[in-house]
Amino acid sequence: MSDSHAVAVVGHEEGHSEHPAYQRHHFVSMEQQNETVSFGMWLFLLTEIMFFGGLFTAYLIYRNWYFPAFVAASHTLNLWEGTINTFVLISSSFTMAMGVWCAETKRSKGLIWSLIGTLILGAVFLGIKYDEYHEKYELHHIPGEIFHFNSQGFVHPSAEALKTGEKPLAPDMAAKTEVYFSLYFAMTGMHALHMVIGMVLLSGMLWKASHGGYMNGHIAFVENFGLYWHFVDIVWIFLFPLLYLISRHA
Amino acid sequence: MSTIVSLPDQATARIPKRNYLTNENGLLSWLLTGDHKRIAVLYLISITFFFFIGGALAGMIRLELLTPQSDLMASDTYNKVFTMHGVIMVFLFLVPSVPATLGNFLIPIMIGAKDLAFPKINLLSWYLYLVGGGMTLTAMITGGVDTGWTFTTPMSTHFSNTNVITTGLAIFVAGFSSIFTGLNFIVTIHRMRAPGMTWFKLPLFCWAHYAASILMVLGTPVLAITLVLVVLERTIGIGVFDPTKGGDPILFQHLFWFYSHPAVYIMILPGMGVISEVISTFSRKRVFGYTAVAFSSVAIAVFGFFVWAHHMFIMGVSNYAVLVFSLLTMLVAVPSAIKIFNWAFTLYKGSITFETPMLYAFGFMGLFTIGGLTGVFLGSSGTDIHLTETYFIVAHFHFVMVGGMLMAFLSGVHFWWPKMTGRMYPEKISQLAAVVTFIGFNFTFFPQFLLGMLGMPRRYAAYPHEFQVLNVFSTAGASILGVGYLLPMIYLIWSLKYGEVAGNNPWQATGLEWQIQSPPLTENFTTIPIVTQDVYDYEWLERQKEHEVTHVG
Amino acid sequence: MSDKYQDHDINAGHPEDEQHIVSPKVYFVIFLCLVVGTALTVGASLIEMGPWNPVVALAIACIKATLVVLFFMHIKYSSRLMKLTVGAGVFTFLILVGMSLADYMSRAWGQW
Repeated sequence: MSDSHAVAVVGHEEGHSEHPAYQRHHFVSMEQQNETVSFGMWLFLLTEIMFFGGLFTAYLIYRNWYFPAFVAASHTLNLWEGTINTFVLISSSFTMAMGVWCAETKRSKGLIWSLIGTLILGAVFLGIKYDEYHEKYELHHIPGEIFHFNSQGFVHPSAEALKTGEKPLAPDMAAKTEVYFSLYFAMTGMHALHMVIGMVLLSGMLWKASHGGYMNGHIAFVENFGLYWHFVDIVWIFLFPLLYLISRHA
Repeated sequence: MSTIVSLPDQATARIPKRNYLTNENGLLSWLLTGDHKRIAVLYLISITFFFFIGGALAGMIRLELLTPQSDLMASDTYNKVFTMHGVIMVFLFLVPSVPATLGNFLIPIMIGAKDLAFPKINLLSWYLYLVGGGMTLTAMITGGVDTGWTFTTPMSTHFSNTNVITTGLAIFVAGFSSIFTGLNFIVTIHRMRAPGMTWFKLPLFCWAHYAASILMVLGTPVLAITLVLVVLERTIGIGVFDPTKGGDPILFQHLFWFYSHPAVYIMILPGMGVISEVISTFSRKRVFGYTAVAFSSVAIAVFGFFVWAHHMFIMGVSNYAVLVFSLLTMLVAVPSAIKIFNWAFTLYKGSITFETPMLYAFGFMGLFTIGGLTGVFLGSSGTDIHLTETYFIVAHFHFVMVGGMLMAFLSGVHFWWPKMTGRMYPEKISQLAAVVTFIGFNFTFFPQFLLGMLGMPRRYAAYPHEFQVLNVFSTAGASILGVGYLLPMIYLIWSLKYGEVAGNNPWQATGLEWQIQSPPLTENFTTIPIVTQDVYDYEWLERQKEHEVTHVG
Repeated sequence: MSDKYQDHDINAGHPEDEQHIVSPKVYFVIFLCLVVGTALTVGASLIEMGPWNPVVALAIACIKATLVVLFFMHIKYSSRLMKLTVGAGVFTFLILVGMSLADYMSRAWGQW
């Protein structure tokens, strides 16, 4: 329980207290400030875990209730686009980690290029995601009356799908694909929203970095944004197998 | 040599010219402040505003229930009134009441810090609260909501044609305000403690807030995502909770109560923190079993996550789950009882005085005990089936929330009023108010236990004739209770100008907040305090006083 | 009074707080592991394993997530408090999922 090192340490001597400009007045030292900020960021990520937790709970329950519908609906997702997107997001996590390293070691060029790379990879991810959403829109697989959700395709699969081992679903089970797509859109939508917010922050950071920012050792923002970006990556690491890879069998 | 102790003579005390209230002037200096004390004051004002709106709605409910017919308002108006009463009181009053006002004001001072860890996020949380509150008011004015504060699906997603979306989003926003408050507290208590302020020298107020903050940070997001799903279901028509599409309304209950049960502890734990401070101060004794009380807060927070399904015993959860959740619910009674018993032992052989905060604290102990024990009836699955959705439930949670939490809130406001404003409240009339509140409260809510036992269901505007006597009692009590709440409002405002000057430590209490001037400086401490004394060490305080006197003499 | 304060260790702490800079080599190795993990999980989903398919998929996902948390998010080099924080989040998440699922499973014993 005791994290006594957390206790603020008094400045050893008076006059020793020349603080950098970015140190906030209520912190004793820069170490204390940095630790505090990153601890705060982690607590925020905990709330994010629980935020997605509700969706995962719903997913796990319905997956067990309506397994055939979830399998059939999952097979309409594009496995390749999903895999490529996973790769893209992992790469963007890597470039972000490199960005943090560049900031830590005061490599201005490296930081800018890492951020640009992360931004581009994020955009690629969202682009591919858009393509997938668009396909769902055309197939009337977006849930709800507004988008004229239609599950007939699962009752009468196309000849091509039948050949790959798809089985026709009874109409009442086919209707449950709407639950799958509800969760698919809720989960990937929330994830995409986090990506968009992340990219807005990235752009701001890039602007600051290209004007010589983050080179004075005060890189708390870069580090904590890194945590956020990796967290978004982790969410996708779980979404990908859960949504795309149900009973795929070659 | 930095001493944090200064005890000027009470009689010659003056309000210090320089303090957090006078440091800067102008509206903008308040609206853009990063000072936790000013934000606490802003919160206090806005929370009081919503409390009185919620209270007025409660008055309307009680008036309607004076007679068996639904004559004051139509049934659907009644539905909207009790829904708004619930929403405002739960999300805009009880959840932020003690943490956002007293907690905000005191936690940094109690641990010897200059401010909370994230002052800007603290201010942001107040603005989010205002946005949430504003949206709730908008929803209320433009037609109201009639789903009950629980937003039960499929009522809220399909059958209600009222402002569910606005209210849902309002609570979403207010929820983030609460998350940020909790996040700030946890980080502050971990990272900002003054030298020597170890975990077991923390006042119990801080322990209680720490535990409540864990619940805020980990519970609230689940409510947020649940409300997002409800809104999506109403707007687009996704099928997560909709039984016609294969969704499960009970899943909504699971997710909703995963937050809303711990939310009960978010509301009550900070109140328990207040009571620990008050009981100790006015019986001049260290809290009996300090460690046990501290850990019982954390235990309540942890157990709080394991018991949510006891709200769902009659909703079709499995019999096995009922058994498990019923058992776990009983476990929460243990740390709660530890607190009550330890406060009682603190009183034992203490030198007790009956100032207003102490009267409220006694009220808390009695009413919370009744509220908690009736909770055991409801946690037992057998009696729960008879009692749930009757007035027994209403009485139970009002004993805990109003009898417990509001008493604690008023106790804390009176206790720290001299510190926040530099002036004393008038003692005699406030003692009267405390007694009036206690009497009014019992008249209002005790008859409701009987009503519930007799089988009167909650949430109906009309009821059979045989329930009228008890309902009249209840309404009469509510009017006494209303007076009990208006009195402090009036004399506390009066005391801002005419109250006696308090001095630094009018209660001769321990704790860092009493060692600094009242009202405090913006930066709280001129030098960072070094804590050597134990918590609640009244002998240390006596020695300091002698030391001070010999110094002066 | 200052003599009273002397027993307070003024340097109490910060032994593990020196900014630990993870080298790019580590990042790259982790990145390769994640890519391999992705390939594995896609491959595993194409093999018929009955009830083990989701188990394997989730196990791989957990390993990948752990790698990201430990190295990309520097938890391996962080204080105990940070490790505890992450643990608390995972724990509460598991309570939410586990206890909700427990209700659903015991409602239809044997059919899950």
